[in-house]
Amino acid sequence: MTDLFDILANPAFWVAVLRIATPLILGTLGVLLCERAGVLNLGIEGIMVAGAFTGWLAVYAGAPLWAGVGVAALTGMAFGLLHAFLTVGLALSQHVSGLGITLLATALSYFGYRVSFPKVNTPPTITPFAPMEWLPVPILKAQTTLTLFALLLVPAVAWVLYRTPLGLAVRMVGENPQAAESQGVSVAATRTGAIVAGSALMGMAGSFLTLSAFNAFFFNMVNGRGWICVALVVFASWRPGKALLGALLFAFFDALQLRLQQSGDAVLPYQIYLMLPYLLSILALVLVARKASYPQALMKPYRKGER
Amino acid sequence: MRLERRHQSSRAALVLAPIGAVAFTMAVSALLVLWAGAPVDRTYALLLQGGFGSVFAWSETLTRAIPLILTGLAATVAFKARLFNIGAEGQLFAGALAAVAVGGMHGGSGFELPPWLLFPLMMLAAAAAGALLLLGPALMKNRLGVDEVVTTLLINFIVLLGVSALLDGPMKDPSAMGWPQSVSLQSELELGKLVAQTRVHTGLVWAVSLAVMVWAIFKYTVLGFDIRAVGANARAAAFAGVPVTRTVVMVALLSGALAGLAGAIEVAGRTSYVTLDMSPGYGYTGIVIAMLAGLHPLGVIAAGVFVAGVLVGADTMSRAAGVPTYIADVIVAASLVAVLVATLLTQYRVRMK
Repeated sequence: MTDLFDILANPAFWVAVLRIATPLILGTLGVLLCERAGVLNLGIEGIMVAGAFTGWLAVYAGAPLWAGVGVAALTGMAFGLLHAFLTVGLALSQHVSGLGITLLATALSYFGYRVSFPKVNTPPTITPFAPMEWLPVPILKAQTTLTLFALLLVPAVAWVLYRTPLGLAVRMVGENPQAAESQGVSVAATRTGAIVAGSALMGMAGSFLTLSAFNAFFFNMVNGRGWICVALVVFASWRPGKALLGALLFAFFDALQLRLQQSGDAVLPYQIYLMLPYLLSILALVLVARKASYPQALMKPYRKGER
Repeated sequence: MRLERRHQSSRAALVLAPIGAVAFTMAVSALLVLWAGAPVDRTYALLLQGGFGSVFAWSETLTRAIPLILTGLAATVAFKARLFNIGAEGQLFAGALAAVAVGGMHGGSGFELPPWLLFPLMMLAAAAAGALLLLGPALMKNRLGVDEVVTTLLINFIVLLGVSALLDGPMKDPSAMGWPQSVSLQSELELGKLVAQTRVHTGLVWAVSLAVMVWAIFKYTVLGFDIRAVGANARAAAFAGVPVTRTVVMVALLSGALAGLAGAIEVAGRTSYVTLDMSPGYGYTGIVIAMLAGLHPLGVIAAGVFVAGVLVGADTMSRAAGVPTYIADVIVAASLVAVLVATLLTQYRVRMK
């Protein structure tokens, strides 16, 4: 028990929580935007890999760090556009299209990495974002500006969704596309926009891994974080504030299992601790399933004139 | 842009669509070959040769096709009923582990049962392990409305970590020089070779037989009808008196069992023990194969052999032409997207306005 108290009293623990949460916040907001417009985006896992890779490659090639983040966002947008074309334009299965994009984006990234660095065994490194030492806020000053950006994005997305005509349009096409269309809102354009914007956030979530958390690109570095974002959106009942809470809660348990793994007398094999985040995600899905308020048109393709 | 349903789509178009889509993908992927600085014609020639150009190439391709056909069937059965089972990877490992748990040596002679009894027990255990793993997500979807894609995906990670823990602990082969590798199968339980001096084993007969069995289930049984009805429209099916929950349970058991068998057959036919890298994502590739085959069980055999050939050929090609093997994964993934579009075009006409 004292162990647990020691862990929680250590500021380094909370620094880790916020760091682990950052890509989850960005990714979850990305999924949330897509799903609020009625489109499931299972491309997230692959888009995060692609964003991590292209963002890092740009910086490695000499671009400034924020330009790297921009490149990652553009990469996400490109795959988002493809997903929008397949699911909105052609009304294909959102499940299958998303999985296809994950496989494609991952394979392309790994291919690009191998072509760019055919012979290296140790991954080449860059100088990542520096912590915001100038900030007089205890936990936050150990983070990078990308984390600050993710935190500020939560109220921004909430404001756009609930306080602007654009947000109203997005929510409408996710709930009742027929009604939206009759109000003069273009379902196809709104959904495409939401998917592209959401996918940009997913790309940025990936770039956080290579440009802030680490300084290199590794195979399997995303390691299921994208899928966890998809689970977190359900947990958050499609609300940005709750998404932040969910990401933080999740990161809390993830950081805790890391610490328990290191500190403990290893009562359990380390893999059991690593399982916790995934078990927790499933538990969260089951717990909120009963009262989950899915956007009514989620996963339902909309074809004009067809019902 | 809008879509108009075609009144009729020809049989030829349905067969040609995936072939055209794959050809299109190969053409686009040529850009990646150029990026890698290799000549396109030679690279593709090497790819084909490595996958299908010799008896050895064919034997390697067919060996690789065995688990792919089985996971492809697992995806086909589930997707037909709109149960998006993305957990075949975990189910494969669960089946492989169950196989060595029943048929392994366990530091000595293993279970003292005659092989003719132990072999079916081993296969049953593997099928059951895979099936049970999918039953939970299927019921959660059916009862609580929890999206099965996310649950089956997350379970993959849990299973792989569980396998890793077991390979470090209770299931570890003490004579494996510290490698995380399970105990070996009793040698009497291993599958025989189909062709001498190659790696092709009788698992191929299993895979093809199971594909025919699944095809027969779809075509000739009430269950097959129910599966298609639930897949087309679950609510209408329930209204028409189709037992939806029972069908979903049967689909989960069948799909999970097929993926579990893929693991057992890999162990019995190829590796004889379980390691964490025994599957380079066969479970996920199975989804692509099912889609390439248009969810047709017999088409899965052809699609499985094709994808296996690309993967095997890429290894040879990579050594000779210096293009990274990941080109095979790009081709497979891009084919999936292209086939989706091509199949849609056989059913709909796109009108620009």
